[in-house]
Amino acid sequence: MISFSEIKKSFFVSLWFMFLTFPIMVIRVNTIENIVEWRWKNMVFVGVGSFLLSFVWRYLIKRKEYGLKKAEEGEEMRISFVRRILQEKKFYVPGLIAVGIFLLAFPLIFSLYQTNIMVSALIFVMLGLGLNIVVGLAGLLDLGYVAFYAVGAYSYALLNYHFHLSFWIALPIGGAMGTLLGVLLGFPVLRLRGDYLAIVTLGFGEIIRLILENWNELSFGPSGISNIPRPSFFGMDLSVHGSMIFIYYIMIVLCLFTIFVVNRLQDSRIGRAWIALREDEVACQAMGIDKAKTKLTAFALGATWAGMAGVMFAAKTTFINPASFTVWESIIILCIVVLGGMGSVLGVIIGALILILLPEYLRAFSEYRMLAFGIVLVVMMIFRPGGIVSDVRRFYRFEGAGGKSGDG
Amino acid sequence: MDRTAQPILKVNGLGMNFGGLRALDNVDLDVGKEEIVAMIGPNGAGKTTFFNCITGLYTPTDGDIIISPLGKRSERINGLKPNLVTRKGLSRTFQNIRLFPNMTVLENVMIGRHCRTTTGIAGAIFRGRSARREEKEIVDSSYTILKKIGLEKSVNEFAKNLPYGKQRRLEIARALATEPFLLLLDEPAAGMNPHETHELDDLIRKIRDEEGISILLIEHDMKLVMSLSDRIFAVDYGKKIAQGTPDEIKRNPVVIRAYLGEEIDA
Ligand SMILES: Nc1ncnc2c1ncn2[C@@H]1O[C@H](COP(=O)(O)OP(=O)(O)O)[C@@H](O)[C@H]1O
Ligand SMILES: [Mg+2]
Repeated sequence: MISFSEIKKSFFVSLWFMFLTFPIMVIRVNTIENIVEWRWKNMVFVGVGSFLLSFVWRYLIKRKEYGLKKAEEGEEMRISFVRRILQEKKFYVPGLIAVGIFLLAFPLIFSLYQTNIMVSALIFVMLGLGLNIVVGLAGLLDLGYVAFYAVGAYSYALLNYHFHLSFWIALPIGGAMGTLLGVLLGFPVLRLRGDYLAIVTLGFGEIIRLILENWNELSFGPSGISNIPRPSFFGMDLSVHGSMIFIYYIMIVLCLFTIFVVNRLQDSRIGRAWIALREDEVACQAMGIDKAKTKLTAFALGATWAGMAGVMFAAKTTFINPASFTVWESIIILCIVVLGGMGSVLGVIIGALILILLPEYLRAFSEYRMLAFGIVLVVMMIFRPGGIVSDVRRFYRFEGAGGKSGDG
Repeated sequence: MDRTAQPILKVNGLGMNFGGLRALDNVDLDVGKEEIVAMIGPNGAGKTTFFNCITGLYTPTDGDIIISPLGKRSERINGLKPNLVTRKGLSRTFQNIRLFPNMTVLENVMIGRHCRTTTGIAGAIFRGRSARREEKEIVDSSYTILKKIGLEKSVNEFAKNLPYGKQRRLEIARALATEPFLLLLDEPAAGMNPHETHELDDLIRKIRDEEGISILLIEHDMKLVMSLSDRIFAVDYGKKIAQGTPDEIKRNPVVIRAYLGEEIDA
């Protein structure tokens, strides 16, 4: 697949780059000592870097073309690597056990700082899985998802402030508030779709944020609410480190719970109706599915997870203000779903971990964070428009039936 | 046997305006029990609009659509939502195929079962005994339908990866899964080769004979229409211009002038 000419092309690309960047990367005039510095080392970096990038780029394009050609020729679709792993018990059971042990041991091995980051990532896993119901399954582009997250967080904060409700009572209430708000938002946007829906939900998210920012009597405005208690462990108050570990385990359990529920929904009458709605609204109605009801359940069930994630967020940071719930958060959650693979649970989990963990660990390059973020998304859209793990549909076996697989 | 004696669908004076355009004007039509009725007419005559009015995608401007399913009361269904019309027992296919492309063949048919099943959110999450039983029923009956239609080899394939002819058949399978008493087919043979068209002819007959489902179809392939139909309605410019048996339609001068031209003699 990779020919000598590819390497040659990449080589010339890197030569060009070295030549073009020569004046700025290599030569430096030191005006204090009036000498010219020759930084040959930079040239090597540029050369090697551009060679590798160009080479990878070419390889990916080649692969993509190859894939397209294969599909055109009507050959049996390649069973993707991920799918093969998912199907082979031999592979995925040990893999799952390893991941499980790693996750269980994580807070005991790593520092408080690491655990903290991981909890953030897990909160976003939950948010991603929730939004995945709305965007990935039901195909409703929701740019105001963060509003439900905010409502969950404020539910806990305010209920605790006024009525001293504990975390464990607030958690389901936060979820329920999310559900309720999901239905409330669902009604007015029932007739909208696509771009219009995106704009209205975007506005809705902003409205909620502005209310929180300006309605001082309710939400204490921009200064937010502090001293939100962390979850108690059977009535015991834990140290900061201890309670972070506790929150970590709660998050793991909640994520497992979310995965369980989303998986069950996906392969049910309700989940199939969502997907049908995404695929073709007219046909979906013509096949006897109540569009309004299906949209509302998608909005409501998606928002429930955001509500609970909000409670977790408030409990983790012990302080919330409207600045944590901007459009930017909505967009990150959306990116998680799109990058991970619309409709795919595993994809969303991987997407969340990448998008939340990578920027944290790349803090050193924080100036370039957004740039890298953008590049990754663009590259993804070109080479894997279906996301990291594309939607896998359930495979049914019947006696005496040929079992040719649908890829993906 | 006179099938028209018991009309299961009766349309009186149906009219549909799009702004100034009168796409349908005072169209009458009826379909009898276990009857195959065809609707013919040139492109833009208003045939698809007629289907859309009956299945609830459009609300007709005037007229009555009355259904009388066997053993049930007659009912006017004008302006009923599409999903409720389907529940009442009318099911359709589309002129430009509207499958769910990223769902498997089996799942497409399973969607058809939606309006005959009841599992809700709680049932889906807890998967109790009745939810499991219903899910199994959905899978089994969908598979049975696919076998009948001859698509059982492709159950796990994505609908979008099927060849064109099979996609058309899958649309019929999906429509059958809703347990209709009347099946509306909008140009089911469009884009099919002669062999596939022949298979379609057999399939439609089989659906009528074995399932006792009445069929109303729009079709341009005259050979298919003439061989299948008990009666034919011809429309042009939104108006009904003729109705009758295939032989009567073949000889009808108005139809010949409007639409069929020399084809009919050949
Ligand atoms: N939604 C619509 N809005 C406006 N005009 C329409 C609409 N649907 C159909 N028409 C018009 O109604 C006429 C009949 O169209 P159609 O029912 O699709 O014809 P046929 O199916 O017989 O080819 C055409 O002139 C078409 O442009
Ligand atoms: Mg048409």
